[in-house]
Amino acid sequence: MSATRFTLNGGEVEARSAPAARLTQVLREEFGLTGTKVGCDAGDCGACTVLLDGEPVCACLTAVGQVEGARVETIEGLGRASEVTRRLQESFLAHGAAQCGICTPGMLVAATHLLERTPHPTEQEAMDAIGGVLCRCTGYRKIVAAVCAAGTPVPHEETPTAGAAVGARLRRLDGRRKVEGTDIFGADEAPPDCLLLRAVRSPYHRARFRFGDLEGFLKAHPGIHRVLTARDVPGVNCYGVIPPFADQPVFAVEEARFRGEAVAAVVGESAAVEALDLAPFPVEWQELPPLTTMDAALADDAPLIHPGRPQNVLTRGRVVRGDVEAGLAQADLVVESRFETGFIEHAYIEPEAGFARRVGDRIEVQVSTQAPHHHRDDIAKILGISPEAVRILPTAVGGGFGSKLDMSVQPFVALAAWLLRRPVRMVWSRPESMMASTKRHPARMRSRIGATRDGRLVAIDFEADFNTGAYSSWGPTVANRVPVHASGPYYVPHCRARSRAIHTNLVPAGAFRGFGVPQLTLAQEQLMDELAEKLGMDALEFRILNALRPDQPTATGQVLGAGCGIRQCFEALRPQWRKRREAARRFNEQNAAGVLRRGVGLAGMWYGCGNTSMPNPSTMRVGLKANGRIALHQGAVDIGQGSNTVIAQILADALGAPIGCIDLLPADTDITPDCGKTSASRQTFVSGKAAELAGRQLRAEILRQANAGEGARLSFEEGRVTVQEGDHERVLWLESLPLDARGYVLSAEATFDPPTTPLDADGQGDPYAVYGFGAHLAEVEVDLELGTTKLIGLIAAHDVGRAVNPMLIEGQIEGGAAQGLGMALMEEFIPGRGENLHDYLIPSAGDMPKIEFVLIEDAAPVGPFGAKGIGEQALIPTAPAIFNAIYDAAGVRLRRAPATPDRLRAAIKALAR
Amino acid sequence: MFLRPRTLREAVEALAAPGVGILAGGTDFFPALGERKPAGAVLDLTAIPELRGIEIGPERIRIGAAASWTEVIRTPLPRAFDALKAAAREVGSVQIQNRATVAGNLCNASPAADGVPPLLALDAEIELLSVRGERRVPLGSFITGNRKTVRAPGEIVTAILVPRTIEGPSSFLKLGARRYLVISIAMVAAILEADTTGRVGQARVAVGSCSPVARRLAQLERDLVGAGLEEVGARVEPRHLDVLSPIDDLRGTAEYRRDAARTLVARALEAAAGGFLQ
Repeated sequence: MSATRFTLNGGEVEARSAPAARLTQVLREEFGLTGTKVGCDAGDCGACTVLLDGEPVCACLTAVGQVEGARVETIEGLGRASEVTRRLQESFLAHGAAQCGICTPGMLVAATHLLERTPHPTEQEAMDAIGGVLCRCTGYRKIVAAVCAAGTPVPHEETPTAGAAVGARLRRLDGRRKVEGTDIFGADEAPPDCLLLRAVRSPYHRARFRFGDLEGFLKAHPGIHRVLTARDVPGVNCYGVIPPFADQPVFAVEEARFRGEAVAAVVGESAAVEALDLAPFPVEWQELPPLTTMDAALADDAPLIHPGRPQNVLTRGRVVRGDVEAGLAQADLVVESRFETGFIEHAYIEPEAGFARRVGDRIEVQVSTQAPHHHRDDIAKILGISPEAVRILPTAVGGGFGSKLDMSVQPFVALAAWLLRRPVRMVWSRPESMMASTKRHPARMRSRIGATRDGRLVAIDFEADFNTGAYSSWGPTVANRVPVHASGPYYVPHCRARSRAIHTNLVPAGAFRGFGVPQLTLAQEQLMDELAEKLGMDALEFRILNALRPDQPTATGQVLGAGCGIRQCFEALRPQWRKRREAARRFNEQNAAGVLRRGVGLAGMWYGCGNTSMPNPSTMRVGLKANGRIALHQGAVDIGQGSNTVIAQILADALGAPIGCIDLLPADTDITPDCGKTSASRQTFVSGKAAELAGRQLRAEILRQANAGEGARLSFEEGRVTVQEGDHERVLWLESLPLDARGYVLSAEATFDPPTTPLDADGQGDPYAVYGFGAHLAEVEVDLELGTTKLIGLIAAHDVGRAVNPMLIEGQIEGGAAQGLGMALMEEFIPGRGENLHDYLIPSAGDMPKIEFVLIEDAAPVGPFGAKGIGEQALIPTAPAIFNAIYDAAGVRLRRAPATPDRLRAAIKALAR
Repeated sequence: MFLRPRTLREAVEALAAPGVGILAGGTDFFPALGERKPAGAVLDLTAIPELRGIEIGPERIRIGAAASWTEVIRTPLPRAFDALKAAAREVGSVQIQNRATVAGNLCNASPAADGVPPLLALDAEIELLSVRGERRVPLGSFITGNRKTVRAPGEIVTAILVPRTIEGPSSFLKLGARRYLVISIAMVAAILEADTTGRVGQARVAVGSCSPVARRLAQLERDLVGAGLEEVGARVEPRHLDVLSPIDDLRGTAEYRRDAARTLVARALEAAAGGFLQ
């Protein structure tokens, strides 16, 4: 086969791969240029954008044979050769435009093309240029800002001095490798002799199956070394994120419970597995009638998807306070409605990927994960070995949002590498990822809310069913968390909230940014608006009147005492609320003959940080090295949200060291203690607190050695720490100190587990130590004739306790709001349909308006420097604020999300009739 | 086998063999493969100079089969092509526009192909070549259904030919659920020509994504002749859209499509009429 000659990043190369191979694969596998990412293999995401003869193209849609004689430039080459790209990289860092980093190379390449021609682009030009690259983390605004600002040199960052890290708009500590395209994600690395694994998945929602001649299949396919099925699992063929509910097999046995469930896997040489057509794989399917709706699953005669779970109910949640019927009877006004939401796909741009290798009697799994220690324990059970024999090496995570808390490739590669004693790799395709990964729970909710004539909330009666799909995943968490949050951030004396998680033969629903609270809030905050309207009250003043005070009990009977900033969030919106409502009214008057209507809507939220009434400790280890630098064993996996930076900021100030002397160690389970899962908005709060404690402990040890008091100043230099207290100065010569087993002269380890109490049968107790609060104001423009909605403005007020890094917090808010926008207007996953990123739509760069921020710092006494979580909080109020704004604009209320143009237009027509 | 001929003759000869897949911009070729590797012979058309470029002649305009959407955007063309250019800017993303060919968009024959309504409105013809010879087929007969064309195995589309039979402003509206990278729920292309009295002399309107193949609204086109430019939108009646047969899918209901198409047709006509003022 002839080689393809072309110019790659300025050098002449010859590609040996087949000329019909995708350019992405050739760049990544043959030339090792993994800065070009694969997100969809269909031109839908733009993560693989490269310049071909100077023009941006998707490398996944280009055959390498087609670039014969042409010039190809990737992020690696542009970063070296192009001044424009280098300025963009700096600008991305300075603006916080890279979060997880998976879309960043594609964004930079696309923006390079623009800036080479237009050094000072407008916002519109920047959006047009990056419009072909999807991002799921940032909400695009910081990317657009970074592109627009890249024409002028970025000022050098001043690193904060000791004690000034918390509160600084610091660039990401792991940002450089993200903008250079050198960060290693799940699919970016594999040992050279690695085998490849592909799963055989059920094409039916429910089917019995029988294998045919597997031996014959193996013999007929040279290069395929093994077929794995449930019989090959040496330990337990079962795993799950909540051990008492674990129910998911690595490979289904006899019956597949959802479309996309794995029943077998083939393992072999990469080329053989890639070329393999799985259609003739010897498995015989017998399709069975599936339970695809909650009603069907709840029917008396429905078959049980899991024996021992009657009526297909996985779990129930319940919070009862006061007497809800009496409360509703007292109310002068009661509003009631039903609401519905569908499955929502996480749509991170990095599909699940990783590899495993056996090292003696241990197994190492390098993978994109949000929960390394938990996955270590589950793999140990599956392989029948001790957890210590499993090592998880987390890669950079190209977006998680909750779904990478569940295992994906891990059990397959671990099992295959264990049995075959060869490294084995698995990379999910986009359809595979969408078919088999967890989703946001579809919800069916009914709610009644009552208030007295003077505008005080008296009672809430809320019921919800969540479609949890075929396996438990995070269904119990959703069912438990939702009732706790049913009152919203308000004081409600009488509250009854009940929920169920119900199994169906659909894809498992799991964790997705908010664990059911976004769905709940979509219902409750619309009813709050209805109540206010019926009471003749202003929607904002009504909320302020009822906002939970620090001395009032929540629906679980908890009195927060401090760190209860909801009222401030609402009050911060007051001036703009009035101004923008007036502006919308004026617009609508002036355009009364036209088809566009503007509206403004509000929503409030609260969200408990950390696990619900369950232990969720984090342990942080820090070590002082003989060279005077600090090693931080950073176990709080950074999935783009910024824990690598935030945890270091907290540590720096707790220790009294400049952040520049901290070295980050990864969340490798062999070297770094368990910081729990990156979920439930807990890392800044829980792991951050552990880092603060560890920092203070190490500081105390240094002071003790120097015989100095708490107020002393430390300076860390090569080989020594100088301790200065008043006029006294003492030098700790580090090389004279003995090294511990880890090579540190001094070290500290601290664990923090948030103080919570169990909930009783009525859901009474203290489920969370800290709550985050927030409120969004959304401004929309509705086209009455087409039913389309454009979000034209958003103001986000959030009580974050203490803004450890305001730039990263803004990034969380913008990214959360973009997901909220998607939830409100376009996102719904229908299992079996649209398993790609052109049928399943997430917001693109042109859909996000400018966002204004108000950060409220009502410190949570238990949090590190008062800080609370923000990750999930940011998304929760966006969709209900948009729905309320749509009502304000068009006079229609949609009870079902998303508000797609056809649904909205139908409602507008119905109103006119 | 990967064939990358430098002449059209070599290409048609290669294609005479059975089982040869055609590759040009790759933007439909690769997604259709999914996880599979390209199997069998692949014939790449992007190295054939005869297929490149857009030629502007006095009688007709010839869009070479290898011309990309970006070339359409960058080539100065009469204003009746503004609809086609607007469609080009709405195809996928800049990355897609740089690679995807107009001809490939037609051959892929998706009901939501962005190129079809404007080219239908332009009365485009498709030029095909095989070892048996050349033929021309009107675009309206070239695409016969969802993903179906009359292109025979062994035939290559060599060009899209647009006769210069209408001169006037044109417009294109695409309705989707997000700004970029979107497949349309409905789309409309319109071209208007004015007579000497300043009224509509000739109108062409085509609607996509509302039937297996995009459709011209012939009755509406006839009814518009003689209309004042300020009243073109108001002339649209529901019956004019009877030729459409929209379906329910992930992007919208059939009822919505019919309703939205009527709105878009009126708006597209008004936008085209607005072109006379410029």
